[in-house]
Amino acid sequence: MDLLNALVAFGNFVFVPAVAYGSQLALGALAVTLIYGILRFSNFAHGDTMALGTMVTIIATWGLQSLGISLGPLPTALLAIPVGIAFTAVLVLGTDRLVYRFYRKQKVAPVIMVIVSIGVMFIYNGLTRLVLGPDDQNFADGERFLISARDFKAMTGLSEGLAIRTTQVLTVVTAILVVAALFWFLNRTRTGKSMRAYSDNEDLALLSGIDPERVVRVTWIIVAALATIAGVLYGLDKTYKPFTYFQLVLPIFAAAIVGGLGSPLGAIAGGFVIAFSEVAITYAWKKVLVYALPEPLEPSGLMQLLSTDYKFAVSFVILVIVLLFRPTGLFKGKSV
Amino acid sequence: MTQTMRTTLLFALVAVLIIGTGIVQSWNSALFILNMGLVSAVMALGVNLQWGLAGLFNVGIMGFVALGGLAVVLTSTPPVTEAWAAGGLRIIGGLVLGALSIALAILTWQKAPRKWRGYAVAAIIIGGFFLFRAVFDPGVAAVEAYDAAISGNLGGLGLPVLLSWPMGGLLAAGAAWFIGKTALGLRSDYLAIATLGIAEIVIAVLKNEDWLARGVKNVIGLPRPVPYEIDLQNDPAFVERAASLGLDATTASTLWVKLQYSLLLTAVLVLILVLAQLSRNSPWGRMMRAIRDNETAARAMGKDVTKRHLQVFILGSAICGIAGAMMTTLDGALTPTTYQPLRFTFLIWVMVIVGGSGNNLGAVLGGFLIWFLWVQVEPMGQALINGITMGMGDGALKDHLQDSVQHMRLLTMGVVLLVVLRFSPRGLLPER
Repeated sequence: MDLLNALVAFGNFVFVPAVAYGSQLALGALAVTLIYGILRFSNFAHGDTMALGTMVTIIATWGLQSLGISLGPLPTALLAIPVGIAFTAVLVLGTDRLVYRFYRKQKVAPVIMVIVSIGVMFIYNGLTRLVLGPDDQNFADGERFLISARDFKAMTGLSEGLAIRTTQVLTVVTAILVVAALFWFLNRTRTGKSMRAYSDNEDLALLSGIDPERVVRVTWIIVAALATIAGVLYGLDKTYKPFTYFQLVLPIFAAAIVGGLGSPLGAIAGGFVIAFSEVAITYAWKKVLVYALPEPLEPSGLMQLLSTDYKFAVSFVILVIVLLFRPTGLFKGKSV
Repeated sequence: MTQTMRTTLLFALVAVLIIGTGIVQSWNSALFILNMGLVSAVMALGVNLQWGLAGLFNVGIMGFVALGGLAVVLTSTPPVTEAWAAGGLRIIGGLVLGALSIALAILTWQKAPRKWRGYAVAAIIIGGFFLFRAVFDPGVAAVEAYDAAISGNLGGLGLPVLLSWPMGGLLAAGAAWFIGKTALGLRSDYLAIATLGIAEIVIAVLKNEDWLARGVKNVIGLPRPVPYEIDLQNDPAFVERAASLGLDATTASTLWVKLQYSLLLTAVLVLILVLAQLSRNSPWGRMMRAIRDNETAARAMGKDVTKRHLQVFILGSAICGIAGAMMTTLDGALTPTTYQPLRFTFLIWVMVIVGGSGNNLGAVLGGFLIWFLWVQVEPMGQALINGITMGMGDGALKDHLQDSVQHMRLLTMGVVLLVVLRFSPRGLLPER
């Protein structure tokens, strides 16, 4: 019985949150890795792209809510996501046309592109703050829990509860659907294949008659969709605050690099590696250990390896370890 | 237009802008812009050394600036003897143990046979971590428990505050050595991510380790290298002199204090600028530029690229640390929550790019111009929004527009950066 309780506590506080967080990171890292593979630079503006896409979705959600439209138990934001994606796609395509294309034609060094993306980051960040302000925004509605801790206890008779929030399930399901669609697109469709070809060998792809500008446009649209979905899911699951999105860039990059920049599969694996380590290292294990260990061995402290404020340190340390011992990442990404 | 003339004109523009602020707004804000402009110029010089001279992409400037701020607290505040007695030795002992286990792990990795070194290193790291926590945690608890409302930290060394400026440089240099050892030699964007991460970690440490600098409880009332306004106002000689200039004592004292700061900061800026120029034109500087322009060729000529990169990375970061210490001294307080990457990392980058990367005078110019813009965008935006909303009736939209003025500056900085990168990619004062 105690062991079961320990398992449930582990599931409630570590496994479920980490799976949800990992899915969000994986979606973010997928977008970063796609930009890296096709456009060949690290996009520092990605966090703020997510924030902008989410912002539009939030505004559309409020519009729907005021019209009295809802999805019942599911958050209304799901209905508003297409609006967010459309807006973000237009925005990033416009940015590419106005800003990035000029440098792409010149074939500047990747680091110059990174500096350009810092300028874009400033603008996106400023836009988000201008429109919605820097404060928390709450836009989640619908049923809060799929299983609440109390129901779970009543159901199983255990003393530990397992709460599963709707948004967590939603995150995982959406992430699986999106990733499946993306992989189908990359591996089965003509456009997807041309994207992979372009990413693998630019010159060869050009020789085979692939239109590079088309590849770039499709990439940006996919990135807009991934960014908006990841941003909305993160906002529903945790909270929407522009600054936290900016900070998300760090674990997202860590996930993409750990998996191997340019490798979509690696991005997903990296997302979960980072999420699980972050949650596991900053969780106070006392509760689980008290159930799992016999009485004389029970810990007296919190058994927390690092305080939650150091979660950035976790992704950072993993990043450094991977870079030192396996510079191309777990899934053999590119190393330009 | 020759470069010299261009330089003179642009610096004259900066002078006009600052003096104009003095005439239009107030001399107090003009001096504020001047002082922070001086600090920004020093930071920009540090970044320019790394980027302009060596092509290293460091986006962890905020971390080094914050370490400089920490150095002010650690150097100039008086030591809290009771806290030291309560747990100071445990904390130091814990840190030493931690450092020793890391050193031991590195040594094992280098010397032990390949077969089992991985396990040995893992065992040393994990064992060392728990040992560190066992020694360190009770010390922290004891120190933070002591008089938490006023101190709750170990305090500093009680030395003169000006000494903290070189100390800030040293602290930042130490951190830079550590980062450089691990991250230099990796690709440019990896170094960027690594420095970005380190900066966030430094801020997290400042916010959470209360025993060090009180965390988010902030350290206020740091010692100053210049007299206090209130003392000046109570000094009859000063009041008399102010009166003879036609100023009341309060205004005169704030101006005089700020002016003294300006002189101190200018001295540091000039010193660093001269050193930067000398090093740039020296054989060392030529070698650094050779490495920047063609790493392979420089390596073939027998230059130790990794070592030189480490060197210049440490030097540039140390300058950022000095600037950080100067800024905290100027503020008289260390508030970890004010360290935001957009303000302390990316804004400095805008300064360097706009001023002209590779040109030290350009970096200084960028520091002043961008800082001026950063401060003045808000009043300018306010005027603009007031103009737009003049005809509007009172309502939610008008309020929202009025509120959002303060966020105009980020947008402006982004536009400035992109415009300069597009139309004048080498900056206002290009490298010769």
